[in-house]
Amino acid sequence: MQSDWIMGLLGGGLIGTAAAILLLVNGRIMGASGIIGGLVDGSGRSDWTERVAFLGGLIIAPGIVALMMGGANTQLTNNFAVIIVAGLLVGVGTRLANGCTSGHGVCGISRLSLRGIVATVFYIGAGGLTVIVFKHALGVI
Amino acid sequence: MRILIALFVGALFGLGLLISGMTDTTKVQGWLDIFGDWDPTLAFVMGGAILPMALAWHLTKGRQPVLAKAFPAPPSPSVGKKLVIGSTLFGMGWGLSGLCPGPAIASLSFGGVGGVAFVTAMIAGMLVAPKLGHRLDEMTVAV
Repeated sequence: MQSDWIMGLLGGGLIGTAAAILLLVNGRIMGASGIIGGLVDGSGRSDWTERVAFLGGLIIAPGIVALMMGGANTQLTNNFAVIIVAGLLVGVGTRLANGCTSGHGVCGISRLSLRGIVATVFYIGAGGLTVIVFKHALGVI
Repeated sequence: MRILIALFVGALFGLGLLISGMTDTTKVQGWLDIFGDWDPTLAFVMGGAILPMALAWHLTKGRQPVLAKAFPAPPSPSVGKKLVIGSTLFGMGWGLSGLCPGPAIASLSFGGVGGVAFVTAMIAGMLVAPKLGHRLDEMTVAV
């Protein structure tokens, strides 16, 4: 649909603006996995209140808007084995790589960071191959 | 004040993810699926996000953050195997589920039991990651 890419561009603009504000005001990189991971493994203890506030906003704002729109759907698979394996891989992988789509993708690529670009090439490559194998070859997803 | 900014930024990020369709796993998997009915949306989201952020990086030159002492250090030029292995594992999980950390958290209120299970597994993965990272570091020494 044509409106999909307009909404994509608009939503992307909001994501980039959010990252820009966090950088210019708080001097921080807006990486979702880093902000959560720092709370999980204790490495982000010194600024835990900011991390919790960020996550609070991240849960509440889309929650309210989804309610107003009459609900939203993630269309996530019902296969719990796939969900658990995928969640573990995302958790381990983003912490090993020290970043995910927001940190390496949005914040890294925009400053032409080699690490950000390499990470993005690998996670998109691996993601694409995984969809080919598990959707088209095995029919699991 | 920094806490309020963080709350506002989290809210803005979440709205962006919802509006752009990135909390819909079929749109993400549709973008990754180049041999299927390819969905270009994610490319527009990335482009839309990178533009303001590139401007922000430009504005950091010769300045200080409003509420902090310094901007983040310049990115390290070394790539390293943890970055490559980690990103590959992350990509596999991303492809399997269509969720990455931001959208997984943003959809917690409407993602149902599956969404909660995903975030729980993701947190478990984040708990074991430092140990795995040390292993990988030791392997570098051994080689």
